Amino acid sequence: MYGALWRLLPGPWPVKALLSLILVAGVVAVCFLWLFPAIAPFMPFNDNSVQTGP
Amino acid sequence: MRALRWVVRTLGEVLITLGLLLMLFVAWQLWWTDVTANREQAGTTQALERGFGDGGGARTTDPLATLKQVPFGEAFAIMRIPRFGADFARPVLEGTDIDTLKKGLGHYRDTAMPGLVGNFAVAGHRTTYGRPFHNIDLLQKGDVIVVETKASYIVYAVNRYVIVTPEHAEVIAPVPQRPGVQPTEAWMTLTTCNPKYSAGERYIVFAQLVKSIPRANGLPASVMAVPAGAA
Repeated sequence: MYGALWRLLPGPWPVKALLSLILVAGVVAVCFLWLFPAIAPFMPFNDNSVQTGP
Repeated sequence: MRALRWVVRTLGEVLITLGLLLMLFVAWQLWWTDVTANREQAGTTQALERGFGDGGGARTTDPLATLKQVPFGEAFAIMRIPRFGADFARPVLEGTDIDTLKKGLGHYRDTAMPGLVGNFAVAGHRTTYGRPFHNIDLLQKGDVIVVETKASYIVYAVNRYVIVTPEHAEVIAPVPQRPGVQPTEAWMTLTTCNPKYSAGERYIVFAQLVKSIPRANGLPASVMAVPAGAA
C-alpha cells in the first residue's frame, strides 16, 4: 500500500518525501476538522449531564 | 505465494494506519479540543464582561429581570470559582446539549435561574472541550462560587457532593435530591462526568446561595480570595 504510493509519487526522493509530508498533513487536517468532530458525539466519555428526559 | 505476501503486507499496513489514526483521535480529543474550546470560551467570557459593563445592570431595578427568558444556546452569565484559580472564569449558556457544552457550561433548561429560589443546575465537561470542571473534586465545603450576571454577583457556597449514576435526575430537582418538594431556598447544582476520562457516573456538587450583590456595588475582593492550598 505505502510502497505503491511511494512509487506513484513523481520526482526524485526528496520531492517524494516532501509530497508524502504534505499528504500526511492533509490527512491530519481532514481528521481534526471534519472526521473527529463528527464521530466525537458517539464516544462514551463526553457525557456530563444527568438525564432529564424520559 | 506472492499474492499471499501482498495480502498479509497490505493487511499489516492497514492495521498500523488504523492504530495511528486512533492515537491521533486521542490527541485531538484530549488536547486539541481544549485548545480550541479554551480560546472560544475565553472570547465568550470577555464579550459577556463587555456587555455587563455597559451599565445595563445599574439601571435595572429588578436584579433578576433580564434572566427570565434566555434563548437556547445563548451565553448569559460568567461562573468564577476561586478554588480553581483567581482568573478562572467560564461562560454559562442556556441548554445542555452537546454543541452548547462545547462552548462553556450549560444551564439545564427548566431549572431555576441563578439567585432565585429553586435549583440553578449547570453541567460542564470534565476532561475535554476546555474541561471547566476538571478539578471539581478539589471543591470543599464552604468554597465560594460566584455567578456573575448583567445585574448582580450571585455568591454561592459549596455544601456537599455526591457521586451518582447518570439517571439520577433528582440531583437537579428544585430541592436537590428531594423531587416533588416545594423549594424555599436557592441552590445550585454542578454536574460533570466521573471518574475522569469516563462517563460511568456523575460527580455532583451542591452549593447554597449566600447573597446576591447588585452589580453597581461591585464584588468585594474578599469574596474572590483564593482558598489556602488551592491549585
